[in-house]
Formats: sequence, structure tokens, C-alpha cells
Amino acid sequence: MSYILETKNINKFFGKEKPFHLLKDIYIGVQKGEFTSIMGKSGSGKSTLLYILSTMDTDYTGELYLQNELVTGKSQKQLSYIRNKKIGFIFQFHYLLPEFSVLENVMLPAKKLAMKSAEQIEEDAIDLLKKLHLGHLVSKKASKISGGEKQRVTVARALINEPMLLIGDEPTGNLDSFNSENLFQLLKNLKEEKGLSLLMVTHDEDLAKRTDRTIYLEDGRIIK
Amino acid sequence: MTGLNTILDDLILNQVPHIHLCNEIKPSEKQAISLYKDFEDAVPIIHSIKPKQNQKKIHNALPILNDLEKNKKVQGATPQLQTQIFYLSGNIELGGNLVGVDIIKESKLSNIQDYIIEGSILDLKNTENGILLGAGVVEKMSLSVGRKVIVSTAKGDKFPLKVVGIYQSGIADIDNIQSYTNLKTVQRILGEAENYITDINIMLYDISDTPALVGVLEKKYNVSAVDINQMNAQFETGSNIRNLITYAVSITLLIVAGFGIYNIQNMLIYEKMNDIAILKAIGFSGSDVQWIFLSQATFIGVSGGILGLIVGLGLSRLIDTIPFKTEALPTITTYPIVYNPTDYLIGLVFALLCTFIAAYFPSKKARGIDPVQIIRGN
Ligand SMILES: Nc1ncnc2c1ncn2[C@@H]1O[C@H](COP(=O)(O)OP(=O)(O)O)[C@@H](O)[C@H]1O
Ligand SMILES: [Mg+2]
Repeated sequence: MSYILETKNINKFFGKEKPFHLLKDIYIGVQKGEFTSIMGKSGSGKSTLLYILSTMDTDYTGELYLQNELVTGKSQKQLSYIRNKKIGFIFQFHYLLPEFSVLENVMLPAKKLAMKSAEQIEEDAIDLLKKLHLGHLVSKKASKISGGEKQRVTVARALINEPMLLIGDEPTGNLDSFNSENLFQLLKNLKEEKGLSLLMVTHDEDLAKRTDRTIYLEDGRIIK
Repeated sequence: MTGLNTILDDLILNQVPHIHLCNEIKPSEKQAISLYKDFEDAVPIIHSIKPKQNQKKIHNALPILNDLEKNKKVQGATPQLQTQIFYLSGNIELGGNLVGVDIIKESKLSNIQDYIIEGSILDLKNTENGILLGAGVVEKMSLSVGRKVIVSTAKGDKFPLKVVGIYQSGIADIDNIQSYTNLKTVQRILGEAENYITDINIMLYDISDTPALVGVLEKKYNVSAVDINQMNAQFETGSNIRNLITYAVSITLLIVAGFGIYNIQNMLIYEKMNDIAILKAIGFSGSDVQWIFLSQATFIGVSGGILGLIVGLGLSRLIDTIPFKTEALPTITTYPIVYNPTDYLIGLVFALLCTFIAAYFPSKKARGIDPVQIIRGN
């Protein structure tokens, strides 16, 4: 069985003097085109796990594989490249660069990747925004749009380099039910249309039920 | 500051020949006792050594002058005859120095012309008993151009000379005693022949040849040769200290500016912490982030540096037009300013270096920011 993302025995400790054992023996496998949700009480280590899976946190033991390639132990530069090209990340809070326009925000990861010409990137970014029904926001400043819009722009930014995996940390957590449903539909469509793998932390039992499978975390351990 | 330095340098250096030949009064290097074979191994102790009996005049001065003119390193050599005299005014006797010169030659090698505030070198050349009086003497004796002054030699002979011009070097000690006349006039006053010359001043093409040439000339002509470095060592110190102060002030200012930039960058990084975390999360590496902040600082450095140079140039231009009159420097009418491209270049390079160093440490911090901590913090 080949996984898009796989972990082997990941453990995470906090602190040096009296280490706090936060994540315990985590084994996860995410298949291509699979929509996985993660649930668990506040403080159970969901975010911490996502930071590790998204390669931003490297301070753990165990092994992390992306497309069967060992990621653990790679240099910061290589990890940046992986994040840029293969992983899209959506945060609970809409992390856009407030001084840039919506379009510039979406173009940013592609400019970093520099696989396409600037004109091509701009064209793709506009296409993408239109597909997400955000075409009217293109030239607006990122700080001047609503929360729901910001979160969808973040999704557009996460998708610009056509990653294989989208990771979301309570992406709907700050949205009202309408916007939250809207975003969830968007993610589900991506999985169905593009075969994207998704990994999403949520507090919403109903949303979790509509994903392919749900992982439950309790006290840093996978219980289900 | 450099302008002032240059002017002061000129003030002294242009009046001081590169090499000065004369018969210095000093004891013989070899005392009689050293000729005795008997005392060869002993250390002789001689009390009250007297200077060697000697003439003031340089032997064979005219052939030496000819020989010097042929030397390729020598720009020119002028004869001088210096003598102590008294300026007489009623029964007041004012001690002084009369210098006989070949005024045409002299004016080609030094800028004596710049210091003649009344009359001209031609007036002196064309007037047989003319004298260029020092400004201090003129003032003390209430003289003016066209009047007569009586000088008396050490032997007591008195001669009337006609004041054809006034000379002001800017150095009071010189202006109070020194006057110039034609070489022949002094020779006549002293009752000496035409080859009676006490000093020869030599100007070289390249001032750095001076030390090497001094020794050679001393041996060759059997005279004392004094070089400019010896005379002006003291003077250099003054220049150096002024330069040092200039640089110290400039560097202090740059350091202060550097701290300013350091602070701005540091604050900026705190302010942009979220943005830095986003950039890192979406795939920008630490060095990318560092590069962003460094290039921004470089932009500040370059634009600030260039702006500074333009403002500096403008101010210099302005100061350059402000009248600046001083008794000591008769040739100067406005503040002395030097426009040296190298100075501006050094300024720019230092400003850039300063911003770079000031921005480097904050940018390194930005590079090391852990995005997880920022994202978790919210
Ligand atoms: N830097 C840290 N040092 C020590 N403990 C931390 C640190 N960051 C988070 N924690 C703790 O780790 C636990 C899990 O946090 P988190 O992964 O954010 O939980 P969740 O996202 O499931 O609410 C919490 O109890 C939190 O207090
Ligand atoms: Mg969390």
C-alpha cells in the first residue's frame, strides 16, 4: 500500500528539565484522494501533530514519510521546498499578508517555486480564484476582505502549486455556519475533482462524519 | 576640514622649499683628538666645544646652482642671501631679516606672488633699491608703498630702500621681521661679491624624492641640506590630528545612524512576525526571509547614503559661498572647501557597510524565527 503521507512511531516531548510527553506512538497513513479528519479535545495535541506532519516542526522522534520518501532529518532548505511544492496549509486564522493584494498573496508560493513565468502564474492565480468564486476579489487588498473570503483565499494560495496534500488546522473554526459549510464543500470538491489528499483538524462532529475517516486523539494518543 | 588642511598645508609647504642648502653653524663632526692614533681606543670627553670657524656663504654657489638646474629630479633651484638687519625709524631700531632673492625665479617655484598684497614682483625686479616689506613691519613703522625705509646692517652701514610692495605670508612671526629685496641689493648692502649666496632653495618634481636626495647633495656640495619632512614634522602632526578628529566625528555619526537602522529593523521584524511565519509556512526558507530584510536595509542604506551625499554636497556648495576673511590667509575670501570624489565614495561605502552590519543581526534573527511558535501563539 502506498501512502501520500505516513508516520512511524512519532513521539513529541516538550521541555527539557521535565519533558512533557505530548504525542505518543503516532502511526498514521493517508492515501491518495483520501479526506481524513482529526478530532480530539482541546490540548490533546492535534495542532502539534499537524505542525509535525507539515514539516514545520522537526523536533520529534520517529519517522515521517511523504510519498514514501523519508522526510525526517532533511535540511531546513529541503523542507521549505517540500512545503512549497507538495503541501498546502490552511490555518485557523486567515494568514494572508495584509499589505498585499489578494492576487499577490495567491501568487506568492508559485513565485517562490519559480517553475512558471510571472505571467503564467498570474493567469493561473486568477483562474484559481475564479474557480473558488473569488474572481471579484482579485485586486482587493488582503486586509480589506471578510473572514470567510480570507479563508477561501488561503485555500487558493495553498492550491496554487498543485500540492498533493492539503493540511488544515480547524480551517472552519473561526467561520459562521454558512461560510464553514461553504469552505467544507470547496475542500470536498477538490478531493473529488482533483484527487487531492486532505488532512483536517475539526471540532465539528457533523463535518467530520462527512469525511472519509476520522482519527481521534486523546492525550496525545490515537484512540480510534 | 580638508579644505582648511589643504590651505594650511599650502601656507607652510609653499613657503618652505623641499630642500634647503646652507652652511649651518655647528661643531666639526671630527674633533682634532680623533686624529691622534694614541687615543684610538679611548672615549674622548671634550668640554665646551665651539662651532667650527666658518663662512656663512656657500662655496661655489654659482656652479652648484648650475649643476642643480641640470639635475632631472630638480624642478628649480633659487639662490638666497639672508642677512640680519635693522629697520630704522627715527631712533627706533627694529630687528629684522632681509632676504635677497632672484624674484622671477622665486615666483616660479613658490607662490610668493599670492602673498604680495600690494605691489608686484615686477615692481621689485625693476626697482634697483626696492624692498618688499613684511606686513607686520609696515604696520609697526607706519609705512606705505612708495615711501622709503632705512635699513642698517649689523656692521652699522645704513641704506635707504624704496618700498615697492607689501608681503603678508599669514604667519605673524615672519611678517613682523622678514622682507625681500633683489639679490644684488643685499650683496651691495653687505659689500659682498656677486657669488655671495648663503642659501639655496630647491624644489623637486616629486616631493617623495626628498629624503634620498638630501644625503646625496650634502656629500656632493659639502653643505648642510635640510629637507622638508624634517622642517614640517610638527606640521604634519597638526594635519593628522585634524584628520583624526574629522574621521572620529564621522564614524561616531555613522555608528549612531547604524543603531538607528538596527532599531528600525528590529522593530520591523517584531511587527512582521506573523508575515514571516506565513512566508516560512508556505515554503520560503530562512535565507529567503533574511534576504528580504537585508535587501530592504541595503535599499535604506543606498538611498540614505545618496541623499546624504547630495545634501552634503549642497551644504558644501553653500558654505563655499560664505565670505571668510582672515588676516592670516590673505588669499582666501570664502570658506575653503575641497570637493574630493574619493571622500564622497568613502562616505557612501562606509554608509553601506554601516547599514549592512546594522541590518545583519536583526535579519539573522528573522531567519531563525520558528513559524510554529508564531502560529501557535495566535
Ligand atoms: N511550546 C510549548 N511548550 C510546552 N507545552 C506546549 C507548547 N506548545 C503547546 N504546548 C502544550 O501542548 C498541548 C497540546 O497543544 P496543541 O497541540 O495546540 O493542542 P490542540 O491543538 O489539540 O488544542 C497543550 O496542552 C499545550 O499547552
Ligand atoms: Mg489547536
